[in-house]
Amino acid sequence: MSQFYTSTDHFVLLPALLLAMFGCAVLLFDFWIFPQEQLRKHLIWFVALGEAFTAIALFRQYSFLNEHGGELVAFNGALVIDGFALFFHWLFLAATLIVALISYRYLEVREEHHGEYYGILMLAQCGMFFLASGTDLVTMFVGLELMAVSFYILVGFLRTDKRSNEAALKYLLLGAFSSGFLAYGFSLLYGMAGSTRLRDVATAVAARDLKDPILLMAIGTVSVGLFFKVSAVPFHMWAPDAYEGAPTSVTAFLSVGSKAASFALLIRLFTALGAARSVWEPVLAGVAVLSLTIGNFAAVTQTNTKRLLAYSSISHAGYMLLGLVAGNDRGLQGMLVYLLVYTFMNLGAFLVIIALNQKDVAGEDVADLGGLIHRNPGYALLMLVFLLSLAGIPPTAGFIGKYYIFMALVEAKMYFLAVIAALYVAVAVFYYFRMVRSMFVEKQEHAGPLTTSFGMRAALVVTGLATLVVGLYPEPFVRLAQTSLMR
Amino acid sequence: MPIDPLFFWAFAALTLGGALLTITLRSAVHCAIALIASLAGVAGLYLLQKAEFLFAVQIVLYIGGIMVLFLFVIMLVNLDAAARERQFHKRWWAGLAATLATGALLIYYLAKGASGLRAAPMPAQPAGNTEQLSDLLFSEYLLPFELVSLLLLVAIVGSVIMAKKRIV
Repeated sequence: MSQFYTSTDHFVLLPALLLAMFGCAVLLFDFWIFPQEQLRKHLIWFVALGEAFTAIALFRQYSFLNEHGGELVAFNGALVIDGFALFFHWLFLAATLIVALISYRYLEVREEHHGEYYGILMLAQCGMFFLASGTDLVTMFVGLELMAVSFYILVGFLRTDKRSNEAALKYLLLGAFSSGFLAYGFSLLYGMAGSTRLRDVATAVAARDLKDPILLMAIGTVSVGLFFKVSAVPFHMWAPDAYEGAPTSVTAFLSVGSKAASFALLIRLFTALGAARSVWEPVLAGVAVLSLTIGNFAAVTQTNTKRLLAYSSISHAGYMLLGLVAGNDRGLQGMLVYLLVYTFMNLGAFLVIIALNQKDVAGEDVADLGGLIHRNPGYALLMLVFLLSLAGIPPTAGFIGKYYIFMALVEAKMYFLAVIAALYVAVAVFYYFRMVRSMFVEKQEHAGPLTTSFGMRAALVVTGLATLVVGLYPEPFVRLAQTSLMR
Repeated sequence: MPIDPLFFWAFAALTLGGALLTITLRSAVHCAIALIASLAGVAGLYLLQKAEFLFAVQIVLYIGGIMVLFLFVIMLVNLDAAARERQFHKRWWAGLAATLATGALLIYYLAKGASGLRAAPMPAQPAGNTEQLSDLLFSEYLLPFELVSLLLLVAIVGSVIMAKKRIV
């Protein structure tokens, strides 16, 4: 091995390498081994195999860190494996696997079941790897673009559906625009530090006067790019349209995978800019409160469940940002717990919506949930759990996420923000319960049982159990977030 | 008076003027040619920064490759109907105001903070830029360099999926 590619480099890069290799291999095998459309769903075994290898690589990294502690730095500080990165890698792995598992039936019903879908899914996960592990501006940016380009394609995957086309185009244009802002901010950070490594950027920022105009501009432009990626107000306009038009399985992936990866990037960058905390903290607080306000109030009037969940995910982004505003250990820990919980409950809610999608029914209206308790009690009860959790009501997992964010705000003596955040839970309960009401009180809209795939049922069981278990017995998960941040 | 600033202003004017014409002209062919002028201006700016590799790439790839393809597509596709439609959204003035405000803000901060950016030392030999770039690409930036290939692969696969009428 040369000095450019040491064995440490290889060890750290291994999960991403495996994902890239399996992603490309899916593209090849798609027409080589599975030319017939009926057989194509077996590609998910291939995805599962790839994820299993990735999991082994991640586990070896995990045990290495357990043994030796600290962190593993590779590529001259461009890539790092620490507890924080590993936490996110596991999250991405779970999200991708669940989404791959539920996609085949949905895509078959929509008559757009192509093998490329799974390849791009894995390559998007590969991009996420560099968002959570990258500590170099260029690496992070290319990783972000890899993920974003994959998502542009996935959002427009229903090629004959006008709404899907429109959503993809909107997402592409606005996404490219926000990437431009981020790149501009990165170039200014590079100009200040003379290096693209995050640790050099951190020292350069610390050495600067806080009123330095270049520093202010760098923070401003980087924030604009990041706020867009996590769909925080006022850069949220793309989210409802992209969420509504995209295939629902992609919407689920977009709302958890892309958001978690963007939050990983956001936490890394704002931690590196930590010396200028007094500059970005008020901005972050303002954006968080705006996201809570607009996200919650706009969700109240929605009749399309995907749009409703899009607005609710904007408000969830607001809660998570408050964890960073609090600025103490508990805040960061709360963010990780929140992201973990959010991944499972939001995926679960989207899974039920996907299950409602049948041959001749789109199933995307709140009215389509009508009488679900009579039609299929199991799905209705699971949806109830997910919605309670999204609203943040004990004993579900969503409560634990919100609880830690509130605790962090109280510990940081930001009572005002804590009160506002708590008040918005009431608004959230209102619109989530519109869906619950539809399921339990209103009359049945469609007849006939729901036909779903085995993958869908398995995924529902996993997400449902995760939502309940984290809510009833949160200690191990909270400790997981804690140790992830310690290392 | 040194000649460099003169060239800078000339190239900058070419870049901005070309960009403006690209979005204001009606005929798509004219737009494409204006865009070529704008890209050529950027190429000139690269040359002023002694980045002759970027200069060559800009001309060969953007002006030579991509723009010629653009022109081909424009000539193959009938764009007359599009040319007759309104060129601007009704609320173009809001966009213009936002653009001007953002531009003014950026110029203000850049002008105030320009002293805070230290210029990188010029390479001793002006011809060394390409070698330095390749050295960096294959040592310090090896990882993102390889990652870009993956990004391009995804983009190619995506464009094929979007463009093909029937995927087998």
